[in-house]
Amino acid sequence: MNTGFDVERVRKDFPVLSRELPGGRPLVYLDSGNSAQKPTQVIDVMREHLAVHYANVGRAMHVLGSESTEAYEAARDKIAAFVGAPSRDEIVFTKNASEALNLVAYAFGNPMNTDPRFRIEPGDEIVISEMEHHSNIVPWQLLAQRTGVTLRWFSVTDEGRLDLSNLDELVTERTKIVSIAHQSNVLGTVNPVAQVLARARQVGALTMLDGSQSVPHRPVDVAALGVDFLAFTGHKAVGPSGIGVLWARGELLDAMPPFLGGGEMIEAVWMDRSTYAPAPHKFEAGTPPIVEAVGLGAAVDYLSGIGMEAIAEHERELTGYALEALGEIPGLRVIGPQTLEERGGTVSFTLEGIHPHDVGQILDDNFGVAVRVGHHCARPLHLRFGIPATTRASFYLYNTPAEIDALVRGLHHVQKVFA
Amino acid sequence: MIAESMYQELILEHYKHPQGRGLRDPYDAEVHHVNPTCGDEITMRVKVGDGGKVEDVSYDGQGCSISQAAASVLYELTTGSTVEETLAVVEEFTRLMQSRGQIEADEDVLGDAVAFAGVAKFPARVKCALLAWMAYKDAVVRSTE
Ligand SMILES: Cc1ncc(COP(=O)(O)O)c(C=O)c1O
Repeated sequence: MNTGFDVERVRKDFPVLSRELPGGRPLVYLDSGNSAQKPTQVIDVMREHLAVHYANVGRAMHVLGSESTEAYEAARDKIAAFVGAPSRDEIVFTKNASEALNLVAYAFGNPMNTDPRFRIEPGDEIVISEMEHHSNIVPWQLLAQRTGVTLRWFSVTDEGRLDLSNLDELVTERTKIVSIAHQSNVLGTVNPVAQVLARARQVGALTMLDGSQSVPHRPVDVAALGVDFLAFTGHKAVGPSGIGVLWARGELLDAMPPFLGGGEMIEAVWMDRSTYAPAPHKFEAGTPPIVEAVGLGAAVDYLSGIGMEAIAEHERELTGYALEALGEIPGLRVIGPQTLEERGGTVSFTLEGIHPHDVGQILDDNFGVAVRVGHHCARPLHLRFGIPATTRASFYLYNTPAEIDALVRGLHHVQKVFA
Repeated sequence: MIAESMYQELILEHYKHPQGRGLRDPYDAEVHHVNPTCGDEITMRVKVGDGGKVEDVSYDGQGCSISQAAASVLYELTTGSTVEETLAVVEEFTRLMQSRGQIEADEDVLGDAVAFAGVAKFPARVKCALLAWMAYKDAVVRSTE
């Protein structure tokens, strides 16, 4: 497929990629699954906003106030278009994906919410999976502790796929919501949303996707997916940290209670009660991360300009190259699918007899290769595979096959040190 | 080539051939310590005999070369000494680890543990080096309670 994608041109957009590390090492950044680097296009828009358009949003009756508000709300439009949201009012700005997930969990079993889909009764269940990031586990555990709802989960197959063999026993009339990762931050697995959604629909349960690792890397269209909620986080999508997004179907947002109280989320306030602004403002208490939202708007503009299909294709090529090259290293075990089917550009692995901390340290210090080591906020998944930690290389639009070669060279050296 | 100075031959040697590893009886106290940021963990048992002599330190655990080698070196330095002597070593080792590489290690007190001096320059790894030592301190305190 010729997408006109030119990685060398893309790399020029990211100033950090041309810096040198101490000791003159070049930077090989293979940790975008953790947080992505930022292009000049995002940095410039944010600097410009801070320099000459900055004021608080939604409340200031002056030129700067209206310019700032306009830019903030324009970012909402861009993000709505980016994920195919039917309405801009369905985009709620949060601080990150974690907050978006907590916001939704908070709506269940909440006395303020009388919608039966959110009511929790004894025996009700929430379904997640064993491959979730802690951000899509702990908010549901907290909900279970608050309300007595039972938490259940899909297991993961040896290959690193969602085990759907017990889908019908797991997702039942008792299920209130199924919340799973669209793409795993450890395995790279892209989950079969349609199949899970069909069952959830059948039993009247809601469906939430943690899109933290999918939205930055592949075309995601919420209308086409047909789910009820989507969370993602700006900093993994070449945007700034401090800004995340919850998309939800409008009528659900209308039913859900406010999460945080404060300025800008109200309609009217008396000393003993308040009424609330309509969504999305109902969920955006206080001064929001204004410049960060504007920056995320610029980020999705940037990604759209390159094309999400082209980015996904580029990552697919890199992943194929990496799986093959890593497969030739003796003692290396990939944790996750070994094929490119329904798989993104995140490759986690273990090296026999060598702890990931030692791997990561030597890769960084000797080769400037930045990977992530540890359990990547997915401890239950690592327990499932009987390992305390993995080394994870994650790819993005600016990575090259030469960088994967550097990783492989580094791993050979690590093995030499510990031989 | 900064880190390789951290991976001293002696550290790698202890990692590949750990001394005193495995949990043994009898013991006075057993503790379990974890490093939540990286999942390293250690279970340690201490047996203190007459006159405050450390008769055995046995341990089991998992983790990186630094944390595992630190436990092995600790075993060698503590068994056979008095509790009092070993706590002085723990104190000096802790001081070295928290120095950010700014102090000279006292080899007379630390013995083989001076090999860890390079680790002090890597804040993310200091906790790995200290895991076994903190567990030991905890176990000794409990064994004398
Ligand atoms: C799959 C997944 N979900 C949630 C998160 C949490 O994102 P944030 O820390 O920005 O809330 C991450 C990233 O850390 C992730 O990879």
